[in-house]
Amino acid sequence: MRWVCIVFPQLALDGVQRVHPEPDQPLALLAGTPQRRVLQTVNDAARALGLRPGQSLTAAHALTKTFASVEYDPAEIERHQQFLAAWAYQFSSQVSLYYPRALLFEIESSLGLFGPWPRFEARLRQELTELGFRHRIVAAPNPAAARVLANFYDGVAVQDHGLLQALAPLPIDRAGLDPQAATALSRMGLRRLAQVQALPRHTLARRFDADLLKHLDALTGQRPLALAFYQPPDRFDVRIELNFDVQSHQALLFPLRRLTGDLSAFLCGRDSGVQRFDLHLEHAQAPDTVIKVGLLSAEREPAMLFELARGRLEQVQVTSPVRGFRLVAQDLPVFVPQRQDLFDDRPQQTLPWEQLRERLRARLGDEAVQGLRFHADHRPECAWQAASDKNLCPTLHKVQRPGWLLSEPTLLAEHGVNILMGPERIESGWWDGADIRRDYYLIQTRAGQQGWAFRNVGQSDGLWLQGWFA
Amino acid sequence: MGAVIALDTLFNGGRVWKGRPAAPPSSVHPTGLAALDAVLPTGGWPEAALSEILMAKEGVGELQLVLPTLARLSKAGERIVLVAPPYTPYPHAWQNAGVDLRLLSVIQAEERDALWAVEQCLRSGSCGAVLCWPRKADDRALRRLQVAAETGQTLAFAWRALSESVNSSPAALRLAVEAKPAQVRVLKCRGGLAHPTPIALAGH
Repeated sequence: MRWVCIVFPQLALDGVQRVHPEPDQPLALLAGTPQRRVLQTVNDAARALGLRPGQSLTAAHALTKTFASVEYDPAEIERHQQFLAAWAYQFSSQVSLYYPRALLFEIESSLGLFGPWPRFEARLRQELTELGFRHRIVAAPNPAAARVLANFYDGVAVQDHGLLQALAPLPIDRAGLDPQAATALSRMGLRRLAQVQALPRHTLARRFDADLLKHLDALTGQRPLALAFYQPPDRFDVRIELNFDVQSHQALLFPLRRLTGDLSAFLCGRDSGVQRFDLHLEHAQAPDTVIKVGLLSAEREPAMLFELARGRLEQVQVTSPVRGFRLVAQDLPVFVPQRQDLFDDRPQQTLPWEQLRERLRARLGDEAVQGLRFHADHRPECAWQAASDKNLCPTLHKVQRPGWLLSEPTLLAEHGVNILMGPERIESGWWDGADIRRDYYLIQTRAGQQGWAFRNVGQSDGLWLQGWFA
Repeated sequence: MGAVIALDTLFNGGRVWKGRPAAPPSSVHPTGLAALDAVLPTGGWPEAALSEILMAKEGVGELQLVLPTLARLSKAGERIVLVAPPYTPYPHAWQNAGVDLRLLSVIQAEERDALWAVEQCLRSGSCGAVLCWPRKADDRALRRLQVAAETGQTLAFAWRALSESVNSSPAALRLAVEAKPAQVRVLKCRGGLAHPTPIALAGH
């Protein structure tokens, strides 16, 4: 058991429905020429209305009008396949998209990490269900057998010795054979794969293309299949087209949750985090509105990414309705998980400070959360900086300084002001133009407030209050 | 087994009266003013609750009340958050009071957002103390802060004008700081009677 094949039977439909807030509405995917539109795929609700794949759009409209229709886009399917490969990359380094609408990956080397197969399979299913893709999972000793068995079974793990028995009952038309060969074989009266395998090889070689024997050999593992492996890209760029004009941010929250969830799955696959990403709101006529989301450290928690992006999104006002929504992340640094103390003395600590800080910044603005740092300058207005220090500040002189510093010195009415201490002269700043010569006093006002005030030396412009000893 | 209550919590909460004089319980958060600790039922700041400090004007020693507590918290590695302070904290003075500036965070916010930020900080439980200066906070807003402080097990301090003392407040402790003479009056303390006589503030 070395290879897993996950088949996505309704990839195109799932890809559309998963970005839809109400997936149970009737939906049909349309293909064909503009003159003759044909229903490519329909979901269960649409099927219940009598719609069938292959019907023309006119016939469908004659039956019912109450279904939504979306263009069937092969490029979109390709993007979903790429995304699923990026997701699977977290489980295995050998991920292949060799077969369309299916993922193949090697798991023997991953089983040690992700537990025994039943648990691993349950995890795969759970994550795929969360991502919104219907799937069938089969594990088999070789990739070709895994793919073919996934046509017929779901949730089967075939061991080496059981491979031939598992392959034997497969119908000819489901065995991954070339359709022409399959038709020819069934006309010969062969129904099961076992019957084909029982035929002498040289007769098969004479009557059919070489591909048939190659395929049969690949199924039994006698002939290795050459696979091209998936390489994850260095950027994340996913776009969701909204098939209606969105006027309020409420309607964008569901696609946003999908996008951030996809981003998180992508980041888990790469084992990286994201520090900056852009949300593009696409308009019909105007250029995109770009919302930049920046974090102080690399993160990949889906709920957190969603909440932060939502905080930024809610503050943006756009001039015209939104038609499309896109998430682009270029900068994907290595993710370093937060170190957590096993014996945390505060068990209620539900939200670490880093996440709290991001939440505050998302709503209040990037500059809202500041540190405080001492700056070696005698001038009080230059003695502080709104940044946090990495290192402990050297001990300061035990001179008396006020706890509060006014942003601007204010003129103080001198009537009734007592001088308790001073003067202390501060004279500095001749080199940068903000030259001061001041005599500082500890004063007490009539109301009993203690303040820090100065007189400019050589000027009689009064007493200026600059701080409170609170 | 859910109804089992430790005796200590009942006694320390001041809800059970004992017929003999007991030594005042020692709080985890003494105020740093021994005379004040002696009259408070918990022997210090009420844990995981909102404490209100009312003052007529700034510069009357209202910060001196909490600086020893902040110094102790920051030495223990707890974060101290100032939400929308009225002035710039002078690092020199705060550090001389023993506060580790690396663990001090200042959040700049408008009045409406400030209350939200305070609630978030309190609720997160990742801060040791949250300091705020609400100007237009009503009873409901303060109750939210009080509940958030309980949820996050965090000390909350709110400085408000002395004129608010006529309005009721859900805060667990209300102190009024007076300038002349420099003294602190206990207006309300949960779990005990408010001490009637004012306590002198040293240094002011």
